[in-house]
Amino acid sequence: MLSYGFMQRALLGGSLVAILCSVLGVFLVLRRLSLIGDGLSHVTFGSVAIAMLFRLQSVYLMLAIVPLVMASSLGILKLAQRARIYGDAAIGIVSALGIAVGVMLASVAGGFNVDLFSYLFGNILSISAGELGIAALLFTVVLLGVAVFYNDLFASTFDEELAKTSGIDTERINGVLVLLTALTVVLAMKVVGIMLISALLILPAVSALQIAKGFKTAIVCAAVIGVLTVVVGITVSFLANVPTGATIVLINFVVFFLAFAARGIFRR
Amino acid sequence: MNAPILSIKNLCAGYRGTEALHDVSFDVQPGSYIGICGPNGSGKSTLVKVILGLLPPTRGEVALLGTQQTAFRDWQRIGYLPQGLQFFNPHFPATVKEVVRLGRLAGKRFPKRFDREDALAVERTMEWMGISHIKGCMIGELSGGLRQRALLARALVNEPALLVMDEPTTALDPETRESFYRLIYEMNREKQVTVLLVTHDTATIGEYASHLLYLDKRVMFYGSFDDFCGSEEMTGVFGEHAQHLVCHRH
Repeated sequence: MLSYGFMQRALLGGSLVAILCSVLGVFLVLRRLSLIGDGLSHVTFGSVAIAMLFRLQSVYLMLAIVPLVMASSLGILKLAQRARIYGDAAIGIVSALGIAVGVMLASVAGGFNVDLFSYLFGNILSISAGELGIAALLFTVVLLGVAVFYNDLFASTFDEELAKTSGIDTERINGVLVLLTALTVVLAMKVVGIMLISALLILPAVSALQIAKGFKTAIVCAAVIGVLTVVVGITVSFLANVPTGATIVLINFVVFFLAFAARGIFRR
Repeated sequence: MNAPILSIKNLCAGYRGTEALHDVSFDVQPGSYIGICGPNGSGKSTLVKVILGLLPPTRGEVALLGTQQTAFRDWQRIGYLPQGLQFFNPHFPATVKEVVRLGRLAGKRFPKRFDREDALAVERTMEWMGISHIKGCMIGELSGGLRQRALLARALVNEPALLVMDEPTTALDPETRESFYRLIYEMNREKQVTVLLVTHDTATIGEYASHLLYLDKRVMFYGSFDDFCGSEEMTGVFGEHAQHLVCHRH
């Protein structure tokens, strides 16, 4: 199985995306921003439609939608901060806009419905060498971002008011977090598809939170769970000839259930 | 007299057009222990927010350690202990040691990294606070008293010149509250940390604080407890019985 070039690329690309989703997922889940991944994935749908309108494909399509999704992530943040609405409502507004734009463009332009809808469910097995290169580049950028801002992110996730009194610019840190999430969502689109991106952001993180003792442990634990579930998911999908994204998500759910049960057993 | 550690002049502050503080002025000398009391809605927490830079004043000036607050950057010299965490999640996966270490971020420059000096300061503070034995425990699994002690350690890990506390004992039982007050008192005496404590506990604060600041949107009284007890104006406000209950020393 590993002798196939497409499998090597899928396992490598999938692992890079899994690490990013899991690490960022811990911050998002603890900040009750889990659904920002869902909202941004809907924006990704609209952005893909716009990119397709200009007949962009593969690497060019990925690069073209990055600024659109990043701008939308900042839009969600600004809406929540300035428009006197809660974060979930801001996510809902931007998310609905993304889907509406996608559906409208698909309907008006016509002809690319099949391509557009293939992004809804992803296909990591079809990742090209160019896309893997972009994935490696974005992976480096996001991981460096998390590493550089790790302590500020931790402090503002723990308690925003306390973080502010430590001289941390929490608005800037929130901006950094949503921008890194936007980049990760664009990457994850190829692995599990737009419909299931939020699962990759949420499930490894919540599984890790069931068993981890300590913040750093939770981050490492989530990354390990993310990589393992993606690798096992891709393998099972290849061997059983079933959809990759859905397999990864279902395996993640099993891991969450086991972690949840383990927590219950060890607490007794 | 030393230069004041905190100086507030003609301060006005509020929320969306509603004034919570009006023309508040007072100085705090280094080493003093100020109990800030007042009825609900008197502006106590607003005052704390303004001092810490969490709420911009609508008028007036705040100077911390001789520097105008807008230009103040030495946040490691100011410790803050809130009533509780803003949105406390009991399942937050942070150990006591990780939480105490967060206090060391104040004053660090980008990129913020912890070093050996930070590790030593964290260990020293946890030992002083008597929480070394729970350093590996999750913060959410602690009792209210131990959690507040851990957050106090976080506030003190930089050995601040000024410690600001906003009703830190509200969720504590009377026994834990008493030992908490004693700990703050000893810290003020031994380490000369200036303390600003917002409390509703007017019957207890007189035992520990050196000065009383009584707020009701404006400063109703600011001075020593002896002055408070002897003030005829305060007798008019509180009545003689309540005045002596607050003072606790006569």
